[in-house]
Amino acid sequence: MQVTVTVNGEEYTRDVDTRLLLVHFLRDHLGLTGTHWGCDTSNCGVCTVWLDGVPVKSCTVLAVMADGHAVRTVEGLERNGTLDPVQEGFVQCHGLQCGFCTPGMMLTARWLLDHNPDPSEEQIREAISGQSCRCTGYENIVRSVRWAAEHSTVEATK
Amino acid sequence: MSPAIGGTLARLDGRAKVSGSARYSGEVPIPHLAHAVLIGAPVANARITAVDATEAEQSAGVLAVLTHLNLPKVAMQPSLLPSLAGLAAPGHTFFPMQDDTVHYAGQHVAVVVADTLERAEHAATLVRIDYDTTPPVTLLEEIKDQAYEPQKIFGGLLPGRQVRGDIEAGLRDAEVRVEAMYEFAANHHNPIEPSTTTAAWDEVGRLTLYDGIQGPTSTQLTAAAFLGVPPAQIRVVSNYVGGSFGSKAMVWPHATLAAMAARHVGRPVRLALNREQMFTSCGHREQQRQHLTLGARADGKLVAVRHHKLSLTSHFDDWAEPSLQSPAIIYDYPNYEGIYRLGRGNINTPTFTRAPGEATGMFAMESAMDELAERIGVDPVELRLRNCSDTDPATGDPWSSSGLRECLERGAELFGWAGRDPRPRQRREGNWLIGTGMATAAYPHAQPVNPQRARARIYSDGSVIVEAGVSEFGTGISTAMTLVAADGLGVTVDQVRFAGGNTDMPNITAAVGSAGAGAASAAVHLSVTALREQLIGMAVADEQSPLHGADPAAVVVEGGRMALRDRPDAGETYSAMLQRKLVPDVEAIGNWIPPAQDVGHGMHTFGAQFAEVGVDAELGLIRVRRMVGVFAPGRVLNRRTAHSQLMGGMLWGLGQTLLEATRMDARSGRWANASLADYLVPVNADSPDVVVDTVEVHENVVNPLGVKGVGEIGVVGVAAAIGNAVYHATGYRARSLPIALDDILSQAS
Amino acid sequence: MRPISYSRVADVGTAVGTVTADPASAFLAGGTTQVDLLRIYVEQPRRLVDINDLPLRDIEELPNRGLRIGALARMNEVAEHPSVIDRSPLVSQALLLGASPQLRNMASIGGNLLQRTRCTYFRDVSTACNKRTPGTGCAAMDGVNRGHAVLGTSDQCIATHPSDLAVALVALDADVIAEGQRGRRSIPVHEFFLPPEDTPDIEHPLDHGELIVDVEVPPAPDGSTSLYLKVRDRESYEFALASVAVALRVEGGMVVEVRLALGGVATVPWRARRAERMLTGQPATTENFAAAAREELAPAVARGMNGFKIELACRTIVRALETVAPDGAR
Repeated sequence: MQVTVTVNGEEYTRDVDTRLLLVHFLRDHLGLTGTHWGCDTSNCGVCTVWLDGVPVKSCTVLAVMADGHAVRTVEGLERNGTLDPVQEGFVQCHGLQCGFCTPGMMLTARWLLDHNPDPSEEQIREAISGQSCRCTGYENIVRSVRWAAEHSTVEATK
Repeated sequence: MSPAIGGTLARLDGRAKVSGSARYSGEVPIPHLAHAVLIGAPVANARITAVDATEAEQSAGVLAVLTHLNLPKVAMQPSLLPSLAGLAAPGHTFFPMQDDTVHYAGQHVAVVVADTLERAEHAATLVRIDYDTTPPVTLLEEIKDQAYEPQKIFGGLLPGRQVRGDIEAGLRDAEVRVEAMYEFAANHHNPIEPSTTTAAWDEVGRLTLYDGIQGPTSTQLTAAAFLGVPPAQIRVVSNYVGGSFGSKAMVWPHATLAAMAARHVGRPVRLALNREQMFTSCGHREQQRQHLTLGARADGKLVAVRHHKLSLTSHFDDWAEPSLQSPAIIYDYPNYEGIYRLGRGNINTPTFTRAPGEATGMFAMESAMDELAERIGVDPVELRLRNCSDTDPATGDPWSSSGLRECLERGAELFGWAGRDPRPRQRREGNWLIGTGMATAAYPHAQPVNPQRARARIYSDGSVIVEAGVSEFGTGISTAMTLVAADGLGVTVDQVRFAGGNTDMPNITAAVGSAGAGAASAAVHLSVTALREQLIGMAVADEQSPLHGADPAAVVVEGGRMALRDRPDAGETYSAMLQRKLVPDVEAIGNWIPPAQDVGHGMHTFGAQFAEVGVDAELGLIRVRRMVGVFAPGRVLNRRTAHSQLMGGMLWGLGQTLLEATRMDARSGRWANASLADYLVPVNADSPDVVVDTVEVHENVVNPLGVKGVGEIGVVGVAAAIGNAVYHATGYRARSLPIALDDILSQAS
Repeated sequence: MRPISYSRVADVGTAVGTVTADPASAFLAGGTTQVDLLRIYVEQPRRLVDINDLPLRDIEELPNRGLRIGALARMNEVAEHPSVIDRSPLVSQALLLGASPQLRNMASIGGNLLQRTRCTYFRDVSTACNKRTPGTGCAAMDGVNRGHAVLGTSDQCIATHPSDLAVALVALDADVIAEGQRGRRSIPVHEFFLPPEDTPDIEHPLDHGELIVDVEVPPAPDGSTSLYLKVRDRESYEFALASVAVALRVEGGMVVEVRLALGGVATVPWRARRAERMLTGQPATTENFAAAAREELAPAVARGMNGFKIELACRTIVRALETVAPDGAR
């Protein structure tokens, strides 16, 4: 069936199989491969994107469910060639190694900071505990989000 | 100018990874791509009696259903050889879908190819396969009476038995003995990216494989051998890999199957393992049991160690991870016996899993050392110091470098170990019993056996490209190699671009066993050194150069400018010289020949781990509050990436200790928790406060830059440090990993 | 996933009518469990009726100091709603200790109550499971069953009910409001979750096509203190090995009123009525808490690997009661 999904502010209309998962729609139909796929069962969190302004796991959302809705992916974090403070934080604080979990982590982090601009370490840890990282040991991820909190401008979001 | 090596350069692939533009092996845009889905046998010990693919073949979008009935035979009878050898490196000596036998659950029995993933997945459920089944054997308990002593283990690399001195006499004469049995659950790597291969043949029969792998060449050579295609016709691209931890060290059949499927349907094919298939398709850390006896003098000096391991392997390979290697040599004692015993079961061949061997063997050793310390009333750190050896006890050779004493002392200081009350169950904070523990970490230094190569080229504008065929699976190797190249050539980091990730580039053996950085840095260092000598040679031979006639040895280079050491004003930049001479570029190859096996030195990496735990014994909860790890990994190329790897390794150790276990349903012979919902890995909320430090050692044996690597050592010893801390907190000695809530509940409250 | 059709509905009547008329259809809300189960063929409807556009997302305060929560309100919306935090902190706590933020943003309250068990055999279509395929047997009974239930089991099924929210709702005597072809009805939550007995495939009393529209949550007893305590291997993001929802009112050292429910150990969210009866009117002491806990777990049946849950449940009850009792009740 035909769906129209607004992704990172741009409307995309595509004819899709009703079984198609949002994660594969983004990756294979729109070429937005920054959203990754890792477990099929909504556990690892690498497929996290925003749906209507909140982070969700796109491996348990059908593409057809997103018809008429707005999605934000990692490709939509950057503004006019400037990295979001969260992205900058992950680079500066080495919040990544293999990078596979990174986009999902950052989307949750951005959402967290939008709602809680000055989160504690515990709040950060809890916010991203639905997302697994096997490389970093998480410490630098927490530091990256803190870095972003300390370097965020009011305009950085939305 | 300070050298780039040892600094804290932010990783150069950071921007690609945070912007989402880094493309992993399942993300390369290829027109007309078809999707392959593997079907795994739902039974573990069977013969296939019938296959009916009719419904699947007629299902919408299906291009092919391949089974043992129509898949071509592979051209090679596989042999098991670790990818570090640099040759074809299949994960097991078995290739699926060659006959009707099912050796283990999950074994690939069919491949379905369709025009979309959704259609391929659905069609896979329509393939009817009938099995004639026999009860499987999948547990240690079931094979322990039929276990045998293998000639060799670990892909033929190590002997099945190692002995020195007189173990019977040593144990008999010991004044103190500690003897215990240790149990280990199977573990799975669970990198967050499932293994994925995209295969595309061109019109003249050349194959491109986009494969997530620890070394592109290993896929190239393995696929070439299986397909009967010259390696020169196969190009493997592995630009970004979403974690591996050993699961992508060997080349498992799916990579070749993707190529076979693509050839069969005449279209490019992507084959991604799903998460469940990751539990049966790329090895695991085997379920095992270790029996360890320490004999010591009353002052704690070890005199004898007997260490036996029993583990489960497949029907076709003698695989055991080398759990006995480090415990055999980390301390100075004369009498030793290490024996591996194996039992065959209906499981896939196990494989390298981060800190392969040491993660388990050092848990046994360092738990027993903690018991010994308590028994004789010596502080655990002091006990290790008393047993430190300046030489490799197996050979008597000096260490190429050690640093163990310094790690123990520095770790104790950072952790605040001094003054610890050794008695268990003394500290309580509310419902939490608090305890501290420590352990030695050790990991043998592995070397590739074949030459390692890199190519360096400078352009007349001064920009430099350095290439070597390494994979970036998170370690930060590209960043580290940029630093090595900049220092070696005498240019700034921003003048250098390092490129890796495919087989067009000079060959580097797979980055496994913490050997990747050492091998690649050696090749890169030699390539830029050769280039620099060539450039200096050009300058001193050029009448128009301010350096004309100078002794090349008297020329130094900094920021891309060659100058006389004694007269810095006399000089010119590489760029100025090349432009004047109308030379567009200059290139050199670095060719590092690793030292032979017998270098007259013991080569090992050491470290020390400390942990503090809180145990809510009433509810069975163990929470690690903080960890300190200090390591001596030789030269650290980039502190930032190295520390991150070490820290990540320590969390792996935490996972192994408290959470990670793959449980077998012995009735079906299938893993009972093959998902990330049921196989628990640590989440962010589990990660404690971690301090990582390194101590400097003088290392000039292992490779030109003295790099021993940091991939594994961070894991080693964590389990024992935490287990010892749990003992200190509760008085309960855990000898089975993971330490389950159930055990604490019944034993420690 | 097998081929499936998809449509949206905008009002409850159409939703109910559409699904009622087609036995092969199913409602689709947040999808966090359902899409997963569709992918692994545990659920195989031919038609999905997306109800996310229905006006069932409001959270209202009721005159009795209770709450009415729309079935499509997302777990996070409910957990963070000021009225919920104020009036029903137990519900908020239970929600926040469940799943992860990304799932809670998507998962609905109605869907939470209807989520299926995490039993790995239920989720594996190649194994025997009476809940998934009645009459095939129960592979969990002698299988890897560390996570399975010890209370409310039958010889047909030992699957644990996974919801945290439901445990809190059972403690609070909430009502599930459903609308079907026969109209609207209110189902007391303790009647909503059906123990497996001989029909483990029947988990609730809803007819096919009957839709949960609201959940009504009465206030906790006056003067009580409440807590949701969840014990699990991992610090976060895991289903409970044992959990306790408690609301306790103590006066003069005596238990005046207590509500106690258990999660993670039973086939349904388990109201601990035996323990409640034993405690009411008794001194709030650890000894009495422990005796009540033992009484509640007396009928528990361990199988293979899950025996530890009996002791764990007892201790979790005691810890929860101690935590909310004045002065820790020692």
